[in-house]
Amino acid sequence: MTAAADPSERERLRNVRPSEWRNPLPAARYDLLVLGAGTAGLTAARTAAARGKKVALVERDLLGGTCLNVGCLPSKTIIRTARLYSEMRRAATYGASVPSSITVDFPAAMERVRRIRARVSRLDSASDLAAAGVDVFFGDALFSGADAVVIQGTTVRFTRAVIATGARPQTPDIPGLAEAGFVTNENAFDLTELPRRLLVIGGGPLGCEMAQAFCRLGSQTTIVQNWPLFLPREERDAAQVLSDAFARDGIHIRLDTNAVSVRVQGGEKIVDIVQSDYKDSIAVDAILTGTGRAPNVDGLNLEVAGVAYDRSRGVHVDDFLRTNNPRVYAAGDVCLKHKFDDTAEASARIAVENALFHGRQRLSALIIPWCTYTDPEIAHVGLYVRQALEQGISVKTFTIPMHDVDRAIADGEEVGFVKIHTRERTDEILGATIVGSHAGEMISELTLAMVAGIGLGKLATVIHPYPTQAGAIRLAADAYANERAAEHEAGIV
Amino acid sequence: MSEDDAKLLDGIERAAFVYFRQRVNPANGLVADTSRYGSPCSIAVVGFALSVYPIAVERGWMARDEAVTLTLAALRFFRDSDQSGSTTATGYKGFYYHFLDMHSGLRVWRSELSMIDTALLMAGVLTTREYFTAHTASETELRQIAEELYLNVDWRWSQNGRETIMQGWKPESGFLHYGWEGYTEGIVLYVLALGSPTHALSGDAYHSWTVTYQWENLYGIDILYAAPLFIYQFSHAWIDLRGIQDPFMLDKGSDYFENSRRAVLVQREYARRNPGGFAGYDEDCWGLSAGDGPTGEGVDGGPRLRGYAARGVPYGPDDGTLAGWAALASLPFAPDITLKAVRAMHERYPEMRPDHQYASGFNPGLVGADGKYWVSPGHYGLDQGIVTMMIENYRTEFIWRLMRNCAYFVAGLRGAGFSGGWLDGEPLEKPGNNAQG
Repeated sequence: MTAAADPSERERLRNVRPSEWRNPLPAARYDLLVLGAGTAGLTAARTAAARGKKVALVERDLLGGTCLNVGCLPSKTIIRTARLYSEMRRAATYGASVPSSITVDFPAAMERVRRIRARVSRLDSASDLAAAGVDVFFGDALFSGADAVVIQGTTVRFTRAVIATGARPQTPDIPGLAEAGFVTNENAFDLTELPRRLLVIGGGPLGCEMAQAFCRLGSQTTIVQNWPLFLPREERDAAQVLSDAFARDGIHIRLDTNAVSVRVQGGEKIVDIVQSDYKDSIAVDAILTGTGRAPNVDGLNLEVAGVAYDRSRGVHVDDFLRTNNPRVYAAGDVCLKHKFDDTAEASARIAVENALFHGRQRLSALIIPWCTYTDPEIAHVGLYVRQALEQGISVKTFTIPMHDVDRAIADGEEVGFVKIHTRERTDEILGATIVGSHAGEMISELTLAMVAGIGLGKLATVIHPYPTQAGAIRLAADAYANERAAEHEAGIV
Repeated sequence: MSEDDAKLLDGIERAAFVYFRQRVNPANGLVADTSRYGSPCSIAVVGFALSVYPIAVERGWMARDEAVTLTLAALRFFRDSDQSGSTTATGYKGFYYHFLDMHSGLRVWRSELSMIDTALLMAGVLTTREYFTAHTASETELRQIAEELYLNVDWRWSQNGRETIMQGWKPESGFLHYGWEGYTEGIVLYVLALGSPTHALSGDAYHSWTVTYQWENLYGIDILYAAPLFIYQFSHAWIDLRGIQDPFMLDKGSDYFENSRRAVLVQREYARRNPGGFAGYDEDCWGLSAGDGPTGEGVDGGPRLRGYAARGVPYGPDDGTLAGWAALASLPFAPDITLKAVRAMHERYPEMRPDHQYASGFNPGLVGADGKYWVSPGHYGLDQGIVTMMIENYRTEFIWRLMRNCAYFVAGLRGAGFSGGWLDGEPLEKPGNNAQG
């Protein structure tokens, strides 16, 4: 079924890019003009409008941006389906019968993605925004001066602006790749057939999530990563656990390997790869790239507005998210190193506060958690041990393997750990890494503790419902408390 | 140490030593990586062999002349070897390719120029320099070549302009593009690289490595964490790390010897918990380390069988394969616990020691049609080397005492910031039950 014929797609497009939409007559001057209606842009527009400001929001494509349309939401939806298939195959480990026949219905899985995407799009619809007092404009917005943009020939003036144009998938520079054809997260959800053989290029969060999901849906999946471990930013143990999980799923892992060229031969895509001095070729039916994201800075006339930028870092901002045009701020993926949905939202709130309400909020004050939604999930907040040691901070990590957590054992989800990094000889939480089936949910407790300045000792006094996997945090806190008690007993403290 | 224990350990140590006599090519002193047919030489195994010969002389298992002859053969070979760094050479910049042809001594398997394996080789080279001190022509030549080989190693080049040491180099592709991360067996590498009067590391290399350490409270035990057991053992084969501290350990109020004792406790705790539900694991049956294992799909939905891999705790990989030698090599750190485990494992799984030498690995849960559990075929030289050295260090502290006198080791330790204990002339505390014999 084509997108146009799919009822869910029709509903989504009706919400996020209504064909009948007519841009409003612009106000003489807006308190805030927001460029881009992804997570950051929507947050900025809604926040400012809710506080009584006159707001214009300009989107060149679809409301909701990457997250709703081609990013977090659809990928998590397909990941859930893939996880279910994986659980079906592992039913025996739960004392259940493995279904006699497990046939993946890929079109049904994709239809579910479209249905859920359409449902969630209702909350980001143009009509909703208009009802919230936001003037929604569709079209390209080009700066025509320090305080104005032109949208489809109409000049729109602003007192303050927030650039929130997001980012797009970065395409690896591999000879023959473009000619052979490839998919990214932008169009992977348009696939109508499951590729029999899939090559994923890139072992970052996006590549890892998609590789595991497609493997579990039945694609013979190979992942090529140009580094010795997946998720190079994460702790070595986390990446190691993920490698083991991938191997268990049957993903062919090619670490420390580069894809160097692609050609089409006999209807197959042949990808040449090099690991150190070893060369090999892989024949696949589809290639998915997940090698990072590039900020959307082109086609905005940023030079005219006096906004500094480059194509790697994106829009240059200071710690208050202000560009070098004092009227113009930026938020989200277009300017942030951490290109996460939640961070985009938080940065948008900062930008609005600082732009319109004389705020002095700093980006650097944010404590930013993140999560890679593989199975197990890998979540992190705060400092890594190495970062702390490089700053001369002595660290002690309280570690609880998930196989010590009753609920994880009961759930058959023992892979992973909770590691809470504390400043040595104190209970100050510097950071944490959680690897587990629900790491994304669990990291919030530690993020809250860090934001509120709650130490690990205090967490030991917090009753955690038993049994829960979050009880691992309590066990780590108990380990801290027990150690302190032992030191008191021994007269060390 | 009881008479029974002494007898047990003597038998194990001697059997392990036999590997080197059986697998050496007397013409060039190279020693096979494994006992399997066609095995090449591993330069690390040569390092262990060179360290084991003095033990064998002391134990009366080998005549001094024979030890000198074998040692000289190896040292002369490396001195005269092709150091052009070509794809078929033996080495480059004083380093050597990991695997060499047993007869020609040239690179095989397109192996990497290995920094850690060269360090293990050099540790052996310097051991012979410390031991063979007679003023004979042979032993004088031996010492001269040993010195020359060590001084030729361009450790600074191995940094590739960075702070830490790279893991390897290949003539086809240059440096492997990753370095050492986290606590590893690399102390001996850094000590040797910092102690060199000719090509010592630049900058604050050791500190840059130790900032990748993780000090963890795991199972209620404070430990500088690494996964496989051998990491806690290899540097200790040569360096007496009791009571001396680098800045990291000083901050933690511990030392690397105590840390290795705790590693035993962690391994034991893991095996007791046995999260993978593997056959055989309990508090007296453990030893997850780097070594050989079965390959293929997991049994009954279990984890994939890894073949040769660095198994470790608590996050794996773990496919039910244990290494008896790895348990035993923890003997100096936790003698009571280790001996108990050694006896239990010997009794339960006698086939893990074909010809009385430890196999690289065994998997009690993987039972073949013949009703026998899986045992790695043949033997690995590294395993026999660490077993011999750690038993000897436990029994007599022989290698530790010897290498405490090695000026290069001492300079390297000081360069890394180690202090205290024997380095500062303080008397050694004898471990509680570290009986002599």
